[in-house]
Amino acid sequence: MKRLAMLVCAMAALAAMSACGEKPQTLGAARTDAAPYQGTDNAFAAPGWTKGDKTSWEQGLKARAQNSQNEYSRTGSPSTSK
Amino acid sequence: MARMKFVCDAERCIECNGCVTACKNENEVPWGVNRRRVVTLNDGVPGEKSISVACMHCSDAPCMAVCPVNCFYRTDEGVVLHDKDICIGCGYCSYACPFGAPQFPAAGTFGVRGKMDKCTFCAGGPEANGSQAEFEKYGRNRLAEGKLPACAEMCSTKALLAGDGDVVADIFRNRVVQRGKGAEVWGWGTAYGAKQAGQPPAGAKS
Repeated sequence: MKRLAMLVCAMAALAAMSACGEKPQTLGAARTDAAPYQGTDNAFAAPGWTKGDKTSWEQGLKARAQNSQNEYSRTGSPSTSK
Repeated sequence: MARMKFVCDAERCIECNGCVTACKNENEVPWGVNRRRVVTLNDGVPGEKSISVACMHCSDAPCMAVCPVNCFYRTDEGVVLHDKDICIGCGYCSYACPFGAPQFPAAGTFGVRGKMDKCTFCAGGPEANGSQAEFEKYGRNRLAEGKLPACAEMCSTKALLAGDGDVVADIFRNRVVQRGKGAEVWGWGTAYGAKQAGQPPAGAKS
């Protein structure tokens, strides 16, 4: 009886230990990406916004979209949407 | 800020392929891969329509849903990007995408697909903004330079609009209100007769 109890304990310990060697198999999420408003270190950045300032970057892009893609804003149409 | 979006105005697109060229040049896209393409319906028929197509950076992206290695991620600006270090080139995303955006390089070992490549909205990838490593894998990161995607900025007729979804929707809405809509917009009715204009024969496609 004592031998059986020891065997059961040994088996339980073995089962408990087996999980320790298990490697996690979860899918790794993609690496984090720096936000674009953080800017770059190269010399090609558009002027008119402050690197690291999200609001400034957003306003810069909005102004760029209006100026470069909306010709109605340049012709001064009364119903120009901005 | 809303999500970054593309809108292509089929009434304005003249199939010049300037957007395709701008994309290939700006991002040094390899031979055999076209991140952007111009698709023409009813080619040669009066009233033909062209539209520039690339990754639409879907709000509910099927490519993200099917990727077995979870290499896709969405930025706070709504741009769908992927990590080429994780991609295994299985091609599931290309089957799932309704726009044919995911591309695979033709050069390489026979029967082996390389890492998937697609439009990044000129926002690069997970490498440091504007770094050489990012440029070599994903192309230029124009968003981090405070610029819009090269394809839209180079569009000669401003058919292709890119930027904040609210802004481009506003520009497009204003444009449609100003010009009207339908076949009369560019004078198709005047040139070819009102009956044919914008009404290609049934089943005609290119």
